[in-house]
Amino acid sequence: MKNKRTELKVSAIRSGTVIDHIPAENTFRVFAMLNLENSADHVYFGTNLESRKLGKKGIIKISNIFFKPEEISKIALVAPNATLIEIKDYEIVKKEQVLLPGEIQKIVKCVNPKCVTNNQNVPTYFKIIYDHHGTMKLACRYCEKTMSMDDIEFI
Amino acid sequence: MINLKNRSLVSITDYSKEEILKVLDIAENFEKDQRQKILTNHVIASLFFEPSTRTRLSFESAVQYLGGSIIGFASAGTSSVKKGESLKDTILTVSNYSDLIVMRNPLDGSARYASEVSPIPIINAGDGANQHPTQCLLDLYSIRKTQGTLEDIHIALVGDLKYGRTVHSLVQALSLFNATFHLVSPESLKLPSSVKKWIKDAGLEYYQYTELSDVIPFADIIYMTRIQGERFPDPIEYEKVKNSYILENSMLEKSKESMRVLHPLPRVNEISEDVDDNPRAYYFQQAKNGVYVRQALITAILGLKG
Ligand SMILES: [Zn+2]
Repeated sequence: MKNKRTELKVSAIRSGTVIDHIPAENTFRVFAMLNLENSADHVYFGTNLESRKLGKKGIIKISNIFFKPEEISKIALVAPNATLIEIKDYEIVKKEQVLLPGEIQKIVKCVNPKCVTNNQNVPTYFKIIYDHHGTMKLACRYCEKTMSMDDIEFI
Repeated sequence: MINLKNRSLVSITDYSKEEILKVLDIAENFEKDQRQKILTNHVIASLFFEPSTRTRLSFESAVQYLGGSIIGFASAGTSSVKKGESLKDTILTVSNYSDLIVMRNPLDGSARYASEVSPIPIINAGDGANQHPTQCLLDLYSIRKTQGTLEDIHIALVGDLKYGRTVHSLVQALSLFNATFHLVSPESLKLPSSVKKWIKDAGLEYYQYTELSDVIPFADIIYMTRIQGERFPDPIEYEKVKNSYILENSMLEKSKESMRVLHPLPRVNEISEDVDDNPRAYYFQQAKNGVYVRQALITAILGLKG
C-alpha cells in the first residue's frame, strides 16, 4: 500500500524533478534557495508529511526543471538526506540520494565579515567538517573560521 | 625529508612537528652566530597593510643582520592600496621586485589568498584575527630554550583565551608535543571549543581555572596575555575581572625555579613591573628570540639553510 502511495505522488508530474525526504523544517529553505517562487511551471509543495526516516518530511515537485550539479550541492547542504528523482514521461529515469561534496566552492558566503572573501574578489572555498558533537560545519579555507549550517547564506 | 624551500608559511599548522623543530634548530644556529651575511644577493619585500611596529622591526632586523635588502611599506596609507589596488595586483607587482614577501594584513585569510596568487613565497606576519605563525615559532623557541625540551610541558595560558590568536596557535602547536594545558581566564573569555578540540583530538588534557594563583606552583611556563575591555559585552563584568589576572612578583614565590613567564607583548598592566627583575621573567628575551626565528625562516624558505 505504502509503495503505491509514494509512486502515485512521484508520478503526478509528467516531466521534471522531485525532491523527497527534505527535513520538514528546511522545506521552505530549499524552496527559496532554488528560486522556485519565480518558476513559470507547476511546482507542488508539501511539508510536515509523515516519514519513517525523518519523523516529519517535506517534498517538492517541479515540472520541467532538472538541476545542475552545483544546485544539487546546495540542496545537499540544507537537506543532506534528500532523495532526488528525475521523471520523464511519467517514468522515473534517475533516483539518487543527494551527495554532499567534501568541499563547497563559490556557492556559499563566509559568515566572517572580515574574511578576505568578503572584501576582495576571492571565490569562497569551504571544507565540510564535523564538530565534537558530530554536527556538520563549514570551515573557510581562508579565514579558518567554522560556521554552522544555520549561518549559511548562498551567493 | 624536510624541505621548507619555496614554501609559504601562512598558519602554524602548515608545518609538521619535524618542520617546526627544523626551524628552531636553524634559529639556534643564528643565536650563536647572528651576523651571517648570507642574504646579500636577496631582496625581501615587507608589506604592512596595517602598522605593527614591533613585528616589522623584528623582520627588518632579521634581514639586516643577514645583509639583505628590504623594500616595502609600513602602512596602507602610503601605498597604492590607498588608491584601491587589489591585494592580488599588489602581490603580483611586488613579486617582480623581490625574492620573498613578508605580509601583515588586517583581513582574515588574506595571507592564504596571497600565497595562492603569489609566484614567490609569503611569510604571514599576521592576517587580521586569524594567524601569526612567526609569533608562535618564537614562543616555541623560547619554551624549548628555557625548559630544554618542548615535550611534556605544563603550560598555563592566562587572560583572553577566547580572542587571543597567539594562544590558539600555541595550543595547536604544543598539541604536537604532549603538553598539558592549564587554562586561566574569566568565564566569558574561555578557550573556544573548536580549539579545545585540538587538545582532545591529540589525546591530551586541559584544566580550566578562574584564579591565576591556582596554577603558579606547578606551571613550567606561564603565558600571560592582555585582556581588552572592548572584548566584554558588559562593561561591569570587565571592571570585575580586569585586575584579577595581574601577575605580581610576590605571587611567584611558590613557583618552580625553572618556571618562566612569557608574554607576546606589548603588555599593559597584566605583568607588574616588579616581575621584570625576577629571573623567571623571560618576555624581553622572548622578543629577541623572534629575530633568530625570523632569520631561520627567511633563510630556510630561500633555500640558504636547512
Ligand atoms: Zn572566511
